[in-house]
Amino acid sequence: MPEYVVCKLTDIPMGQSRRFTAGKRDIAIFNVQGDLHAIADRCPHEGASLCKGVITSLVSGDEPGEYRLERQGEMVRCPWHGWEFDILTGKSYCDPNRMKVRSYDVKVAPGETLAEGPYQIEIYDVSVQDDYVIVTL
Amino acid sequence: MEATELDREKTAPKRLGVVDCDIHPAFENPQELGKYLPQRWRDHIRDYALRTPNPFLGAMTYPRMTPGNGMRRDSWPPSGKPPASDLGFLCEQLLEQCNIEHGILQPLAAGAVTNNQDLGAALCVGINDWQIDKFAGPEPRLRASICVAQEDATEAVAEIDRRAHDRRFVQVSIPPRTIEPIGRRRYWPIFEAAEHYGLPIGLHTGAFGQRPNTPSGWSSFYLEEHYAASNSLQTVIVSMIMEGVFERFPKLKIVVVEGGFSWVPSLAWRMDREWKRMGGEVPQVKRKPSEYLRDHFWFTTQPIEEPEENRHLADLVRWIGADRLMFSTDYPHWDFDDPRFAFRTPLDPDDRAKIFRENAMALFRLDHR
Repeated sequence: MPEYVVCKLTDIPMGQSRRFTAGKRDIAIFNVQGDLHAIADRCPHEGASLCKGVITSLVSGDEPGEYRLERQGEMVRCPWHGWEFDILTGKSYCDPNRMKVRSYDVKVAPGETLAEGPYQIEIYDVSVQDDYVIVTL
Repeated sequence: MEATELDREKTAPKRLGVVDCDIHPAFENPQELGKYLPQRWRDHIRDYALRTPNPFLGAMTYPRMTPGNGMRRDSWPPSGKPPASDLGFLCEQLLEQCNIEHGILQPLAAGAVTNNQDLGAALCVGINDWQIDKFAGPEPRLRASICVAQEDATEAVAEIDRRAHDRRFVQVSIPPRTIEPIGRRRYWPIFEAAEHYGLPIGLHTGAFGQRPNTPSGWSSFYLEEHYAASNSLQTVIVSMIMEGVFERFPKLKIVVVEGGFSWVPSLAWRMDREWKRMGGEVPQVKRKPSEYLRDHFWFTTQPIEEPEENRHLADLVRWIGADRLMFSTDYPHWDFDDPRFAFRTPLDPDDRAKIFRENAMALFRLDHR
């Protein structure tokens, strides 16, 4: 499975997302409280870019008049029709068994290890003092 | 594991392009319309403001998906202007990306719903000039709607007379939340003018109007308002048929915009049943109500219904008639439908061509300029 070095760790600030093209795929990488998560950047409904959606939480309640906020910063809401997806798994909130976006493994590696390979370094000249984000397709 | 794909055909007809029956152009800023108004009305708005029947001046009753009052979050142009106010970006994001051959503008400005009727008429004139100046003039793929202030039928007809010979205007636009049920005779001069010029009347779901959004009052949630749009359009259709509008104006054509369409068959069945029982109350209704519905109404597709089983959508198309549905995106609004992905049911290629292009080409006479 090919691995792609897509950016420096500092390119995705906490609570934000960025879109990358790795191979032929558009990938959305989110920084959720310091942990990186990668999903396909295409809503399975009508194809909008999930990177442009709001990063939000789940609002739920057990009965009318009650509510609670859960999973803060772990859901993304599609910029078109508002479908919500779990950033950590890609599963849809409204229909988790039938609907999901593909999720990808993502990890961080120090530049000094990358300089030796075996990664396909397409975008950056790697410097040894930085950390880099690597996506596995 | 691959992302789940719903079963659907991937593309709209590529070669011929798509006609989009619902595009919402926007002002660059709140002052832009002023440039298209006479000094008298600019001063009036400066001194007395622009009052609509909305309970909160300057705000939507249901401010949806903010920021932007219900815009696609990716529809802000790089210029920083509001969504759909920048013609270049509208062409790029909508017309080019979605292969739109023609698009019908549906302005949602306040002209038709101001309480001051002279101001309303002036706003409509300004909005019509603005559509041409800013959009339909420079971009021939876009066509305009003749906006009229329907509560003053005399002024509305005068505006239709002024615009009807300009083929860049392809329909008359009226919001469906009129002061009286829209089939009433006070609105008939507008129907007469539209029929005379062969212009369809577009009834676009209205967030603004004199009435609450549901028959039992203002709903709590935007989700309810979104659903109520189809209720209000059903009452419009029933009113026009029962008042005998189509007996008087047999060539009148009505486009129901952004109300959905899954309810059309059941409305027809129900009207026919009651007409068989109580037709004597409405002698002006000479034929089965469903026949007027079938002959005089077209429906735009967005927001398209999404049944659990996609094949049920094909049943609906068959019941309504593929010659009566016309594709629409509602760009740049959040509930936009993309012609490449929205229609999730296998369709006969001829039916698909009708829905995505041919019906609107014929109804709006888009081959003529």
